[in-house]
Order: sequence, then structure tokens, then C-alpha cells
Amino acid sequence: MLLLEIDGLTYGAGDKTILDDFSMTIEPSEVHALLGTNGTGKSTLAYLIMGCEGYMPSSGEIIFEGKTINTLKIQERSKLGITMAWQEPVRFEGISVSDYLRLKNKDINPSYYLEMVGLHPELYLHRMVDKSLSGGERKRIELASILALNPKLAILDEPDSGIDMLSTQDIVNVISAFKDNGSSVLLITHREEIVLIADRASQICNGKIVCTGNPDKVAEYYKSRKCFVCDGEVCAYV
Amino acid sequence: MSDLDALMKAFGEAGGDKAILGNNEIAHLVASGHKLLSMKSVEGLEVDARETMAGISAKVTVKEGIRIKNPVHLCFGVLHKKGTQKIKMDVRLEKNSSAHFIAHCIFPNAEKVRHIMDAVVEIGEGAEMRYSETHFHGLYGGIEVIPKSIVKIGKNGRYFTDFTLTTGRVGKLDIDYSVEAGENAVTELTARVFGHANDEINIKERVVLAGKNSRGLIKTRVALEDEAKAEVTGITEGNAEGARGHVDCMEIVKDNATAKAIPIVSVIHPLAKVTHEAAIGSVDKRQMETLMAHGLTPEEAVDLIVKGILK
Ligand SMILES: Nc1ncnc2c1ncn2[C@@H]1O[C@H](COP(=O)(O)OP(=O)(O)O)[C@@H](O)[C@H]1O
Ligand SMILES: [Mg+2]
Repeated sequence: MLLLEIDGLTYGAGDKTILDDFSMTIEPSEVHALLGTNGTGKSTLAYLIMGCEGYMPSSGEIIFEGKTINTLKIQERSKLGITMAWQEPVRFEGISVSDYLRLKNKDINPSYYLEMVGLHPELYLHRMVDKSLSGGERKRIELASILALNPKLAILDEPDSGIDMLSTQDIVNVISAFKDNGSSVLLITHREEIVLIADRASQICNGKIVCTGNPDKVAEYYKSRKCFVCDGEVCAYV
Repeated sequence: MSDLDALMKAFGEAGGDKAILGNNEIAHLVASGHKLLSMKSVEGLEVDARETMAGISAKVTVKEGIRIKNPVHLCFGVLHKKGTQKIKMDVRLEKNSSAHFIAHCIFPNAEKVRHIMDAVVEIGEGAEMRYSETHFHGLYGGIEVIPKSIVKIGKNGRYFTDFTLTTGRVGKLDIDYSVEAGENAVTELTARVFGHANDEINIKERVVLAGKNSRGLIKTRVALEDEAKAEVTGITEGNAEGARGHVDCMEIVKDNATAKAIPIVSVIHPLAKVTHEAAIGSVDKRQMETLMAHGLTPEEAVDLIVKGILK
């Protein structure tokens, strides 16, 4: 059975159609990379799968382990095993890194997860998840917290973007940790070199999948950047 | 039970450590209503306290060069349902001295109680004072707390305060603090309050950066639910070269609560700089969604966010 199936999803805001009859699938324990330039609808897709407030598709279905989850709230989807790391993780006053990693499961060892994302536990366990962290530190801690949840599906929205970003090697380490746990990953990125660590890749352009398959092949398509010049007319170069 | 035992029992229930009374290395002053119940000093600390018609009057001096190792505990309470307690404090830290005062204000049964604190504080050159005040008001909300202080910090002096009222009802709170910072002086005023039911919170804090290179921070964190109301005024004046001030106010409102923040910043010296930020509103949506994506219920998420900002 597929872990996630997105079937004909359409979503718009104002008079703009952001996702247009969008379909894709994720297998159990699969790392599926979603590659696309800025503004193609990647984050919007992530919010729709997670069930963020205001993100209700106008048509299409989001099916998780065989059940339609379109109307479930974010905390209900989280209970099913779906979670997400936002592109820009929020900050929290007065919550320590150690507590943040143990939000749901008090018994996990937070040090273990910090090491996995390349942070020294002794330097970070007692820091606050607030403005005092750099952008890169905050992103690493978010990834560690998602790993600690041991989800069935982790949506990672551009874990490789931003200033003092994670290196490709850091991302490889995090992704293999998810794989070792048997988690599936929807790995959202706009960098083709990241795609190569996935099991499968899809390219999104203008709210539609234009190419799915072997990561090498999809990265190759993406590099040619046809989506920049086609003006939305000839996206079908699959 | 003696008055002291009764107050200490309430103190313990409010999370205090009763052992401090029996420790010879820890100074304390304990007053219930208009009665002075217990007092201990340590070397270099002079306390001249007496009972007055309305409460207690105390003159506290930390002698020159003395750094008091353990915090000095002040415990003020009214255990009756009704009453007024007026505390007058005159605190002086002489040159290069330092002390940390922790005030525990306990009014567990207040149905109609007024607690008035009038403090005048003078921090000498190079001296450092920390003042933490924690309140416990019980469940009735029938209390009015009016803390007022006027603080003057000398050259290179430091003054830090922390006011916490986050368990039980607030009742009516009317804080009025005013601090004047001299050359190179540093001050930080922090207040954290959680209002419920029909609590009324009024916080006014003023920092005058009078001396060259003085520093000031006013930080206020208020959470409100039910019908509670809060008005927070943070005033900072930058009056000298190199003075730097910041006013940072955050208020989270739930239910029908209402909040107001009034940052007033002024600068009269061209080389002074004062900034402010104020955020008022319901709990941040992205914070909520992040915590729910981590498996928390909406109720648990709000609780954690509010506890975090009041910490
Ligand atoms: N609420 C909204 N209202 C209008 N336009 C939006 C809204 N959210 C996103 N968009 C637009 O939809 C497009 C896709 O956005 P997004 O999903 O954030 O893209 P990506 O994550 O791929 O960069 C962008 O052009 C963006 O400006
Ligand atoms: Mg995005």
C-alpha cells in the first residue's frame, strides 16, 4: 500500500491557482525529493499535506495509508504519523532545546538527536529555542526534533536553504537517519544536488508535477531549467 | 499555630523553602500584616525595621565593599481575608557592595486586602543590586497590590529587578517603577504576570538614562485570559551620550481579555539611542501549528507557549 497518495489536488489563493490538479505518491520508507524553483508551490503543498489552517483544497484528495485525510486537523494528522519541518522554523521563548526535543516523548535521549544533526549536546541542550539561535542552528534543532518524533512521514521544507545552511553532507546524514528508522520523507528542495540522495524525485513547476522518476534523470531535467523559459506553456517534457 | 508558623506554612505551599529561616548564613525579614515576626542579619547588612500604624518600615543598608553571598529573603504576607499592609523600604547599597534580595509576597486568603510597597533605593558607585519579587495571591482575586519604587543608580552601578505573579489570581495590580541610571550604569526591569477572570493589571516602568553610556532594558511579559485587562507602559529616556535603551513588551490574550501596550521612548541627546518592540495578540499561529505537528493538542500547545513566555 502507498503511504501517501495525492490525487488531483487543486488549491488557489485569491485568483491565483497555486496547485493545479497536482498528483504524486510516496511509498513506505521512501525518500521522495520534490524539486522546484521559487514560487512553484512546494511550501503550499507541504501545508496542505500537514493540514495547516486555511489550507483546504478546492478539489482532489490527500490519502494517507488508504484513508482520505482532507478534513483532518493538523494534530489529528500528526497522530497518524505525519509531521513537518517548516522552511523557517518559529522561535519559542522559554522552551529549552532539551524540552523541545522531548515534547511528545519524554523518554528519548535528546543528546542522541542533537549529535545526528551535527550539534554538540553540551553546548545546546540548555539553550532556548528562541531568537538567540542562528538560523542554521534553529533548522538543525527542528530536524532533530522531527527525527525524535519517529514519524511515518516527515515533510522537510527546504532543510538546505537559508544562511549558514546545512551542508549537503549534513542533509545526507539526516536523511539516512530517517531511512534507518523506516520513515518516509518528502524532501522539498530547489537544489538539484540534494535530489541525488533520494530514492525517487519529482519536479514541480507552476503547481504541477512535470517529471517523476530516477533522481539523476530529474536533476538533469531540472538543470536545463526549461521551466524558466516555457512560461507555463510546454511543461509536459516528461 | 503562631503567626510565623502560619505564614511559613503558606510560604511552603506557595513553593518557598522554609529552611531559609533556620540558616545562620541567610539574612531575612518576615512580616505578617503589621507585625514583624522574624529578622536576621548577616555581616555588612544593616536592617532597621519597625512596626508602623499601617505596616512595616525598614531601612536596609549594605555597607561599602560588602558583597552579600546568599540572597536576603523578605517575606511579606497577609493571611487574613481583609486588611491593609503598607511596607516602606529604604534601601541603600554603599559603594562597591552587592546584594540579591528575594521578596516573597503571600496573600493566600485575600478577599479584600491591600498591599502597598513604597521603596526608595539608592545604588552607590560600582554597587550591584538584584531584586526578585514573587507573589502568590490565592484564588479569590480580592487583592490590590500597589508596588512603587524610585531607584537611583550611581556610576558603574547595576540594578536588576524581576517581578513575577504567575500563579493564582492577580486581583488588581498597579506597578509604578522609576529608575534613573548614572554614568555607565546598567539596569534591567522584568515583569511577568498572568491575569485571569476580572484581574486588572497596570504596569508602568520608567527608565531615565541620565549618565553617559548607561544601559536600560524594560521587558514585560503578560498573559491574559477570561475578562482580564492589562495596560503596560514602558518609558525610556535617553538623555546622555552613548546611552542605550530598549523596551520589549509582549502580551498574549485569550478569551475576552484585553491588552494595551504603550511604549514611550524619547531621546534628548543626539548620541543616545532607544528602541522598542511590542507584540500583542492571540497565541502565534505558526507556534501553535509547529507544536501540534509535534503531537501536542491545541490546549497543550497554548499552555506551553504561555508558560514559556512567563518563564
Ligand atoms: N496565501 C497566498 N495568497 C496568494 N498567493 C500565494 C499565497 N501563498 C502562496 N502564494 C503564491 O503561490 C506561489 C507558490 O508559493 P509557495 O508554495 O510558497 O512556493 P515555493 O515554496 O515553491 O517557493 C508563489 O507565487 C506565492 O507567492
Ligand atoms: Mg517554500
